[in-house]
Amino acid sequence: MPGFDFSNHTRNAALHARGVPLPKATSTGTTIVGCIFDGGVVIAADTRATSGPIVADKNCEKLHYIAPQIWCAGAGTAADTEFTTALISSQLELHSLSTGRKPRVVTCMTMLKQHLFRYQGHIGAYLVVAGVDPTGVGLFTVHAHGSTDKLPYVTMGSGSLAAMSVFETQWKSKMTEQEAVTLASNAIQAGIFNDLGSGSNVDVAVITKDKTTLKRGYVKPNERSQKQKSYIFKRGTTAVLNEKIITRQEISKYVTVSELEGGETALGEKMDLDV
Amino acid sequence: MTMFSQNPLMNGPNYSFSQTPTMASGANKEHSFYPYTDNGGSTLAISGNDFMIMAGDTRSTSGYNINTRYSPKVFKIGGTTSSQDDATLVLSVVGFAADGHALKEKLDAIVKMYRYQHGKPMSVKACAQRLSTILYGKRFFPYYVTAILGGLDEDGKGAVYSYDPVGSYEREQCRAAGAAASLIMPFLDNQVNFKNQYIPGSGEGHALVERAKDPLPLVVVEALVKDAFDSAVERHIEVGDGLSMMLITKNGIEEKFLPLKKD
Repeated sequence: MPGFDFSNHTRNAALHARGVPLPKATSTGTTIVGCIFDGGVVIAADTRATSGPIVADKNCEKLHYIAPQIWCAGAGTAADTEFTTALISSQLELHSLSTGRKPRVVTCMTMLKQHLFRYQGHIGAYLVVAGVDPTGVGLFTVHAHGSTDKLPYVTMGSGSLAAMSVFETQWKSKMTEQEAVTLASNAIQAGIFNDLGSGSNVDVAVITKDKTTLKRGYVKPNERSQKQKSYIFKRGTTAVLNEKIITRQEISKYVTVSELEGGETALGEKMDLDV
Repeated sequence: MTMFSQNPLMNGPNYSFSQTPTMASGANKEHSFYPYTDNGGSTLAISGNDFMIMAGDTRSTSGYNINTRYSPKVFKIGGTTSSQDDATLVLSVVGFAADGHALKEKLDAIVKMYRYQHGKPMSVKACAQRLSTILYGKRFFPYYVTAILGGLDEDGKGAVYSYDPVGSYEREQCRAAGAAASLIMPFLDNQVNFKNQYIPGSGEGHALVERAKDPLPLVVVEALVKDAFDSAVERHIEVGDGLSMMLITKNGIEEKFLPLKKD
């Protein structure tokens, strides 16, 4: 059966009644914005994900793909924004295939609001929907309970007040693409520096009738400074209480083992790590 | 009023918020007042052979808001004047900023009075005991702070005394307190007291010899403090903006300020 699995509900309700707290979801504390300009629309987001006062991810992606010309910025419960946008993206593609037309922003917005309203706010997704379709430029906000707004500039998330203060002082109609990108980026930075739920970098997506450009890490105003000291331990510092050697032959029963050429590095070693 | 109370609109938020009662009439409304707030931030103290370092970030928060980017949590205590130029003790307070400020003012006044009455500065040991007494004096309406007291002891060695909000205290090598204490303290255990570090090749399994606890030089301790705060800023939203450090040696107290990330 499609949809959510509620089979644990009764058990969880009983646990909750005995004082067991709910597990803490990763929330994208977040500043997200959207702004239309002459010939298109721009959306932007910060990249901090939090769990309570702890930073869960310093560089997460809050700009979600819906369709080639429709993108979504998400605030609220990370999993809900992720899955809701993926679900609607899928349905919209099938809809587009069966109608033989390009998907519309209003269609996307309506599907999102109907989905969210059905779940009465329990799906904690707060979204900025933006795109360009055959009817023109579209920019909306969708709240978790299902209400929507259609405005020329919008902000959402815990940093929405900081971001909106920038829009309310600097926004003007008929901006160029570059002006809109700079304004959206400044609005996000207001959130990054003045709202503790937001931080790290600015991601921007620009949508025009011809193409979509995703600018991941458009501004990086919070690079980590160099460490004062090296924390590399001498080999053998850790106590080894038990040792077992697994041969390449044994492990290749479970995973694919491939030899690296001289000087070549494995994909895992290319990850962005603090040293 | 009773005749209207069956109207469902009168038992919850309504279109006129100022007019409508928000609960059934007849029931008693319980008023509440909570006098404490958490202003976030973190502090850190490490003692060496002939020095000690006290440090704290300078951000003050409430919820997701920043009250100010510069509100120091580390103070000189018991100098002869308000400039505190000749002070020999430092106190850091983290938790509820208003209580922290009140506690600092009180301790400073007491240590000053001691100096005037006895004609000599108070020792860290004496001040540590006095601070404990002050905190326990408010056992049932506590100062909502984690305090750390620092200075040099009678032998000129660095001294760190850490407290809980109601006056339980202990002298330690090092201590982290506040919002990011749980992030910083394990780092200190490993890098100051060399916990979980063994001498390579000194034995097999449990027979390995632990790395000796030789005292750290000032430059290393200063590097550890900076790195600890830089890392805490990366992972805790309430820590940031600036780092205020005090280095206590026999020559007096040197103050240092370092910018931290502001996001």
